[in-house]
Amino acid sequence: MIKSNRLTKEQYEKNFADIHPPFETKEATLVEANRCLFCYDAPCTKSCPTSIDIPKFIKQITTDNIKGSAHTIFQSNIMGAGCSKVCPVEKLCEGSCVYNFMEETPVTIARLQRYSTEKAIEKNWQLFKRKASTGKKVAIVGAGPAGLSCAHVLSREGIDVTIYEKESKAGGLMTYGIAAYKVTPEFCKSEVDYITGIGGIEIKYNHALGQNVSMEELQKNYDAVFLAMGVGLARKIGIPGEELEGVVDAIEYIYRLRTNEYNALPVGDKVAVIGMGMTAIDAATQAKRLGAKEVTMVYRRSEAEKSCTQHELDIARLDGCATIWLAAPKEIVGKDGKVTALVCDVMKLGEPDSLGKPAPVATGETITLDVDMVIKATGQKPFEELVNANNVQNKYGKITIDNNATNIKGVFAGGDCVNGGKEVVDAVQAGKDGAKAILKFILNVEG
Amino acid sequence: MADISANFLGIKSPNPFWLASAPPTDKQTNVLRAFEAGWGGVVWKTLGSQVKNVSSRYSAVDYHGSRVMGFNNIELISDRPLDINLKEIKECIRLFPDRAMVVSLMADNNKESWHELIKKVEDTGAHGFELNFGCPHGMTERGMGAAVGQDPHIAKMVVEWVMEKATIPVITKLTPNVHSVVPTGRAVVEAGTNGLSLINTIQSVTGIDLDTLVPNPYVAGKSVFGGYCGPAVKPIALKFLTTISQNEVTRRVPVSGIGGVSTWKDAVEFMLRGASNVQVCTAVMKHGFRIIEDMCEGMNNWMDEKGYKTIYDFIGKSVNNITHWEDLDINYHHIAKINQDNCIHCGLCYIACEDTSHQAINLDYGNPYNNYSVKDDDCVGCNLCKLVCPVDNCITMEEKRVAPEYMNWIDFQKKGMPLNDH
Ligand SMILES: Cc1cc2nc3c(=O)[nH]c(=O)nc-3n(C[C@H](O)[C@H](O)[C@H](O)COP(=O)(O)OP(=O)(O)OC[C@H]3O[C@@H](n4cnc5c(N)ncnc54)[C@H](O)[C@@H]3O)c2cc1C
Ligand SMILES: Cc1cc2nc3c(=O)[nH]c(=O)nc-3n(C[C@H](O)[C@H](O)[C@H](O)COP(=O)(O)O)c2cc1C
Repeated sequence: MIKSNRLTKEQYEKNFADIHPPFETKEATLVEANRCLFCYDAPCTKSCPTSIDIPKFIKQITTDNIKGSAHTIFQSNIMGAGCSKVCPVEKLCEGSCVYNFMEETPVTIARLQRYSTEKAIEKNWQLFKRKASTGKKVAIVGAGPAGLSCAHVLSREGIDVTIYEKESKAGGLMTYGIAAYKVTPEFCKSEVDYITGIGGIEIKYNHALGQNVSMEELQKNYDAVFLAMGVGLARKIGIPGEELEGVVDAIEYIYRLRTNEYNALPVGDKVAVIGMGMTAIDAATQAKRLGAKEVTMVYRRSEAEKSCTQHELDIARLDGCATIWLAAPKEIVGKDGKVTALVCDVMKLGEPDSLGKPAPVATGETITLDVDMVIKATGQKPFEELVNANNVQNKYGKITIDNNATNIKGVFAGGDCVNGGKEVVDAVQAGKDGAKAILKFILNVEG
Repeated sequence: MADISANFLGIKSPNPFWLASAPPTDKQTNVLRAFEAGWGGVVWKTLGSQVKNVSSRYSAVDYHGSRVMGFNNIELISDRPLDINLKEIKECIRLFPDRAMVVSLMADNNKESWHELIKKVEDTGAHGFELNFGCPHGMTERGMGAAVGQDPHIAKMVVEWVMEKATIPVITKLTPNVHSVVPTGRAVVEAGTNGLSLINTIQSVTGIDLDTLVPNPYVAGKSVFGGYCGPAVKPIALKFLTTISQNEVTRRVPVSGIGGVSTWKDAVEFMLRGASNVQVCTAVMKHGFRIIEDMCEGMNNWMDEKGYKTIYDFIGKSVNNITHWEDLDINYHHIAKINQDNCIHCGLCYIACEDTSHQAINLDYGNPYNNYSVKDDDCVGCNLCKLVCPVDNCITMEEKRVAPEYMNWIDFQKKGMPLNDH
C-alpha cells in the first residue's frame, strides 16, 4: 500500500537529520585542521573541480583567520558551503588526501570547509566587493549552482545580472533535488541570499525560458546570455506498465520530498528503485527513511559497473536497502491500475559497449519482485525540445559548447545542461568558466 | 632488567628522575604523591625569605595544536612559612627514606642568613642542598637568584659561605640567562660546590594578547618577563650542559640535568651529554606525576636493548661527539634519497628545497600526484627535506664521501681547495 504519514515526527526528524554533522567545538575543528600537512601543489586541490586552495583554507583555520579561510574557499567556489555538505568528497578532495597512502583517514576537508563557510554565511561576511557597474547586462537562465556561480563572478566585475528561474526558489537541484539529509531548505535559502548579497544580481522567479520569456528577448535586452537550466526528469524506460499508479520519477519524487513536510509524502510498503547512480541511491535511502518496509535497488549491470560511489552505496546498504545486480526491468505488472510487481530479465555481462562498460545481455531467465511502488532513476533527460526550438546546437539535448560558447553568438552555457548531469561542484566551475568567457566577450578582458 | 638506580654525590635514589624545585615539590601533599607515583627524588621548592606572589602566574606557548610546548612563570620562591616547610620535609623523609630529598635554598644576601637557613634545613635530615642562583624574576631585583648566578664573583662568595657551614652535599643551580654558564660554573666549583645543576628558566615573553595588547601572563593590565621552560628549552639546556661537561674545571663535579625533560628519551640524551641524573618540572605540571612510569620503563628497555647494566655505563658517552666546527670532516658528504615506496606525494620536501635551499628536488607533474626525486648532483646533504617529510624513513641520507680520508677545514685551507663551490 502506498501511504503517507508512516512515522512519528521524531522518527522523520531522526531519519532526515544532517548526515554529515558539523564539528561540535572549535577545539575539535583545530585538532582536525592541524592534521593537514599543507601539501605543496596539493592533490586535494587538484582533485577539486573548482580548485579550492584547500591547504591554505585549512591553515587559515589554525591561525584563527576564519574570514580569510572563507574567502579562500568562496574565491574558488561561491557555493563552498553547499559543496561542503553535498560533494562526493570520497572521490574528490578527500579521496586524494595523501593520508590515504598512510592508511590513515584523510583530513575531513568537507567538514573543515563547512566550519569556515557556515560562519561566513551566519555572520553574513560579504567578502567580495562588486566593482562599479560597467553598464553591461547579462541574462542567466536557471538559478542553480551553474547560474548562481556565473552570476557572482559577473557581478564582482560590475556586470548587472538578471537570472530567469522557472521555480519559485533558487538553488536548482540543491534546493529541489539533493537528498534531504544533506541540506535543508533553510540552508539553501541562506546560501542563495549570501551569494546574491553582493548586489547586482536580480532573480526573476517563476520565469521559464520558452514560456515566460523568449531567447529573442534575452538576446535583444542583454549583452550576453548564459544557459544554466540543468536537466529535466528521468528518462522513460520504455517498458510496459510505466503508466501505472505507483510508478514515479525519482527527480519528481525527491522534488516533492524537498518541498513538502515529510509526513505528506506517500511511500509504498515494498519499493523497487531502478538504477544505481547517485539519484537512485538518494531515492532508495529516502524512500526507506520515509518508512517503506522494503526497498530493493535493481541494476542491469554488476556491482563493478555501478556509477554511484562505494560510500553512497554503503549509505543505502546501512539504511537497509537491498541490491539486485544484473537485473533489467522488463515489465511493471499491475492490478486495478496499481503496481503489484516488477519483472526483470536476468542479465549477464557481455562485450564492452560504447562507454567501455561490459554490456549486459539477457539470459532468458526472469525474476519477479512483489512491489507496490517503482521509482525510476535511470538518468535525467536533457531539455532537448527547448534547446532545439531555439536552434542551440546539442547532442541528444546536451548543449554543445566551444570555450563555453554555444553556436549562437553571445549565448553561453554550462552545468548539467551541457554535461548531462554531474555534481554541484562541476556546475559551479562551469558557471565560473562561463562567466570568464562572457567577460571576455562583452568587455574583452580576461576575467 | 637493567639497574636504573642512581647515586648522586652519595644521595641515593631508585631511579635518576628527580622533580625540580618548583610547585610540584612545594609541599608534603605533592611530594608524597610524587613518591607514591615512583619519583626517585625531589628538590624541595626554594626556601628563603618571605615573599608574596601575584595572580596570574603562568603562560604557555602552544604549537600547531600541541599545548604547552613552552611554559613560563613569574612565581617567586616558596611563599609558605619556613617552619611548615621544614616540618613537612622531615615527614616526607620519614615516610619515604629511600628517596632523595634535596632542598633548594635562596637566603638573603649575607652569610648569617645562609648559615641560619642551612642549619635549620640540615636539622630535617635532608640529603643535600641545591643553591638557587637561577630564578630570573622577582628575586633578582633583591640581588638574589639570577643576580647571583650572573656574576661569578658573587656566586663564588655565596658558595664559600655555604661550604663553610654545610655538612651535606651542595649542588649549585646555574642560570641560563648568561651568554655562557662556564664562568659562574667554574667559580662555584672552585669555591667548593660538590655538584652543579642546570638550567633554571630563561627570561621570556611568551606572547601578547591581541585584544588587550598585554603580554602573558596578565596581572592587572601588565606583565613582566617570565622564566621559560618546558620542551622548547631542551636544546638550549643541552647546549649549556655540554659546555659544562666539556670544561676541564666544571666537569670535575657531577651535574644534574634540567630543562625540558619530558620523556625517558630526553633523560637519556641529557645523561649522554654528561648529566648524572635529571630533574623535571614542566612535564609533570602538564601531565601529573604518572609520567614517571614510562620514564623508568622506557629507560630500562633501552638499556636492556643496548646492553647497559647501570646508568653509569652510558652517562657522558656522547660528550666528545660535539667538537669544534673546524674539526669536522669536510670530506664527509651525504645526499638525500626519496624512497618512492614510502612517498605520499605531499611535496613538502620539494617546496622546502625549491624555495629555501638548493633546488635539488625534481618535480614530475602528475594528476593528482606529483613524483619527487633528488637531483644527486645538486643535493648538499643539508637534511631539510628529511626534516620536513611527514613519513619516517621515507627520505634517507645516503653517505657519498668526497674522498676516503678525513680532512678538516684547516687542512682544506692549507691545500688551497676550492671554496664557494655550491
Ligand atoms: C537526485 C539528485 C541528487 C543529487 N545529489 C547530489 C549530491 O549529493 N552532490 C552533488 O554534488 N550533486 C548532486 N546532484 C547533482 C547536482 O544537483 C547537479 O549537478 C547540479 O545541481 C547542477 O547544477 P545546474 O546549475 O547545472 O543545474 P540545476 O541545479 O538543475 O539548476 C537548473 C535551474 O534551472 C531552472 N530551469 C530549468 N529549466 C528552466 C527554464 N526553461 N527556464 C528557467 N529556468 C529553468 C531549474 O528550475 C533550476 O533552478 C544530484 C542530482 C540529483 C538529480
Ligand atoms: C612555576 C615554576 C616555579 C619554579 N620555581 C623554582 C624555584 O623556586 N626554584 C628553582 O630553583 N627553580 C624553579 N623553577 C625552575 C625549575 O626548577 C626548572 O629549573 C625549570 O622549570 C626547567 O625545567 P623544566 O623544563 O622541566 O620545567 C620553577 C619553574 C616553574 C615552572
